[in-house]
Amino acid sequence: MRSISGTIRTPWAVTTFTGLLAGAMALSLTACGGGDNDKSSGDSSASATTGTVTLPKLNGQSIEVAAVWTGAEQTNFKKVLAEFEKRTGAKVTFVPAQDPIINFLGSKIAGGQPPDVAMLPQPGAIKQAVDKGWAKPVGAEAEAQLKKNYSQGWQDIGKVDGKQYGVYYKAANKSLVWYNAKVFENAGAKEPKTWQELLTTAQAVYDSGVTPFSVGGADGWTLTDWFENVYLSQAGPEKYDQLAQHKIKWTDPSVKQALTTLAQIWGKKGYVAGGADGALQTEYPASVTQVFTGGDQPKAGMVYEGDFAQVNIGETKAKVGSDAKVFAFPSVGSTAPVVSGGDAAVVLKDSKAAQALVTFLASPDAATIQAKLGGYLSPNKNVPTSAYPNEVQRTIAKSLIASGDDFRFDMSDQAPQAFGGTPGKGEWKDLQDFLKNPTDVAGTQAKLEKDAAAAYGSGS
Amino acid sequence: MTSATAAGAGPAPAPPPRGRRSVTGTRGVVVALFLLPALVLLGALVVYPIGYSLVRSFYDSSGDGFAGFANYKALFTDDSIRTALRNNVVWVVLAPTVATALGLIFAVLTERVRWGTAFKLVVFMPMAISMLAAGIIFRLVYDQDPDKGVANAVWVGVHDTFTQASAFPSAHPGRESPLKADHGGFVTTAPVHTGQSVALPLVGVAPDEMPDGARRAVAARPEAGKVTGTTWQDFTRGKGVGRLGTPDPSEQGYAGMRIEAVKDGRVVASTKAADDGTFTLPAAADGALLRLPASNFKEPYNGVDWLGPTLVTPAIIGSYVWMWAGFAMVLIAAGLAGLPRELLEAARVDGANEWQVFRRITVPLLAPVLAVVMVTLMINVLKIFDLVYIIAPGSSQDDANVLALELYRKGFSEDQPGIASAIAVFLLLLVIPVMLFNVRRLRREVRR
Repeated sequence: MRSISGTIRTPWAVTTFTGLLAGAMALSLTACGGGDNDKSSGDSSASATTGTVTLPKLNGQSIEVAAVWTGAEQTNFKKVLAEFEKRTGAKVTFVPAQDPIINFLGSKIAGGQPPDVAMLPQPGAIKQAVDKGWAKPVGAEAEAQLKKNYSQGWQDIGKVDGKQYGVYYKAANKSLVWYNAKVFENAGAKEPKTWQELLTTAQAVYDSGVTPFSVGGADGWTLTDWFENVYLSQAGPEKYDQLAQHKIKWTDPSVKQALTTLAQIWGKKGYVAGGADGALQTEYPASVTQVFTGGDQPKAGMVYEGDFAQVNIGETKAKVGSDAKVFAFPSVGSTAPVVSGGDAAVVLKDSKAAQALVTFLASPDAATIQAKLGGYLSPNKNVPTSAYPNEVQRTIAKSLIASGDDFRFDMSDQAPQAFGGTPGKGEWKDLQDFLKNPTDVAGTQAKLEKDAAAAYGSGS
Repeated sequence: MTSATAAGAGPAPAPPPRGRRSVTGTRGVVVALFLLPALVLLGALVVYPIGYSLVRSFYDSSGDGFAGFANYKALFTDDSIRTALRNNVVWVVLAPTVATALGLIFAVLTERVRWGTAFKLVVFMPMAISMLAAGIIFRLVYDQDPDKGVANAVWVGVHDTFTQASAFPSAHPGRESPLKADHGGFVTTAPVHTGQSVALPLVGVAPDEMPDGARRAVAARPEAGKVTGTTWQDFTRGKGVGRLGTPDPSEQGYAGMRIEAVKDGRVVASTKAADDGTFTLPAAADGALLRLPASNFKEPYNGVDWLGPTLVTPAIIGSYVWMWAGFAMVLIAAGLAGLPRELLEAARVDGANEWQVFRRITVPLLAPVLAVVMVTLMINVLKIFDLVYIIAPGSSQDDANVLALELYRKGFSEDQPGIASAIAVFLLLLVIPVMLFNVRRLRREVRR
């Protein structure tokens, strides 16, 4: 769950702390801003047209947007909101939320002060919001924008029972492997295209005296992402969907095959930085930075994670594009996997201003602003690739758009939270145990199935 | 509190007609009026939440259906709650005892030191830090990497003074190697003979890990009546292995690598490689297998896995003791100052040694203080949350689980408010006996 929503990751203790702060601030914000929400609606119908999207004039109205973003991501998103304010005259307040946002919204709604629009990170969360009657369908203008700018796949994951509720504003490409260019050069290693080549590359890096992989095993979601890429490529999209909905069991032979494949890297002595025990205590940010610090003798040569790893690379001296390079997750089966994530804007209080904001977020105008600022990827196919600030970003964006409807959404994000999104529980914990003991494929499958059955059964 | 004083003021000389006026001339209404703010606050902030938690604990996760005792049943069947329960027991037994014992030792010892106050100040100082900050500090202290974690730095430092780490921990055979793995070391697949130059190439030693004396590897010249050879890093930077099985210009010898000639499992000759990787074995090695024994490849000692599943709870308790031993020490020191000196003196005059004085006089006299400290710490420990939440990495959070943390996880990240409420009620039940004990003590003190 944190895997895509909190794209800028600080050590999690600190995140928690800021989360608490943010929560407190959010409370006071709504307390002050609650009164004048629905004043003066529809006082003018003149339109502001500066970009590709037509927005109504909304002078004097104010709305709230809740999202879990922090740091640079939040700052950049606020610039998009500022543009919206400029075009419409409405006032938009950003409400910092904490993970899991669906529970955060629950308490806001119980308190009678829901934000107008919320950015929800998972299809599961959107469905939950619809089931509880919180979410309102998007209007005709937003739907028109979606049709124009989004591939069918990205439209569909925002739908519940055929109705459009979510507008995916932000995407994540989670099928990437980042590597230290210097290490690869020293080892004479090449960017692999297939799993077999990946193993050869890893061996070359290992032979050169550098540990090939860095795994951020203290955070379980990095491990589920590993598994999902292998599984999607090896078992194919149909099985992937079935497993995501728990229509096939985790004891399925396809899972066994994927875990066995994974063990070729996780279980090989000397392939994971710090060994299994070390990896299990390495949090995600450290797992990225340790690949790009230490000159040409870093702790590890490559690290698997999504496009958002750039943010962490930015904390080191390495330059994305020259020191830190990236290749697509190699194909384990017939085609290379594209696992993605994203945040969707969902309307919680139906008003003209809220609908206008969602329309704006579905347009290339909004996405282009944030794309230029970096660290952001849009599923919007009409965002010009030239808008992205560097070559690496452009490549990632291109591969995401090119995958069309063949991408699959992060599986653990589709699962009930007790299974796919709680630290130290469910899939996270089971894969952590697997990392510690990669020979125990059958035992891991049994545990996964047991936890999945409990979580899906209770239907949270 | 307020009601106690009001009641205490009741029995006064010449009581006026009951219910009308008390001795201070206040009416019941006025009394009620004065009590009201406190009652409203207590009701809204204490009684209502407790009552609602109790009610909520009987409903299912959505809050609509009555669940009976299902949530309470989950308390004793859910695996992670059971781990939490077990850990809580460990906490309640271990943390207050160790903290009090340490506090007692510090208090008694500092009494006799000239710089006692300064020492007390230092021990007490961690109390000034918030739990959250202490958690972040100890997350670093217990870091696995000896370069970051102080605990492992010390441990590894001590360990390494007794056993030497080897130079080539990650060396391993490359492609098409004449060597195969053998008991943690490597051995040639075919026997060697005199007059032959043997190549023992390995890969995987990082350039900055190479022994300082290592020089360019050269192929050994064959010598009659002797087995010669080279062991070196068969890896050229930027080019992969270079020429397989022969030393390339930039490849270095494994200076100091130990080589054994083995015949039928017995070592018949052994030597060490020179700086350029060459070695010479006597004629006895003819027909033997050459072995690079495991001692060459011993992994560097990586310290203790403090935050691993087995040690995580004791490790966190350690950080708790670090914080609270000072608190125990200050209270006990205060109690110590109030002890009647003449009793101690009398015991000494009667010939008791210091240990006997401590054991038979000081500790029994201090017993009430010790009990108060223990009980206070116990209540404190039952609700422990922040340290566990922050110090335990995600991978061992489940192993370090305690009830308060499980409450939070169930309530706020798993969307199971029913079970969370049941845990809260259960925690309350656990605290009540300890609280009663404390209240009773207080009453007795007041009466005295």
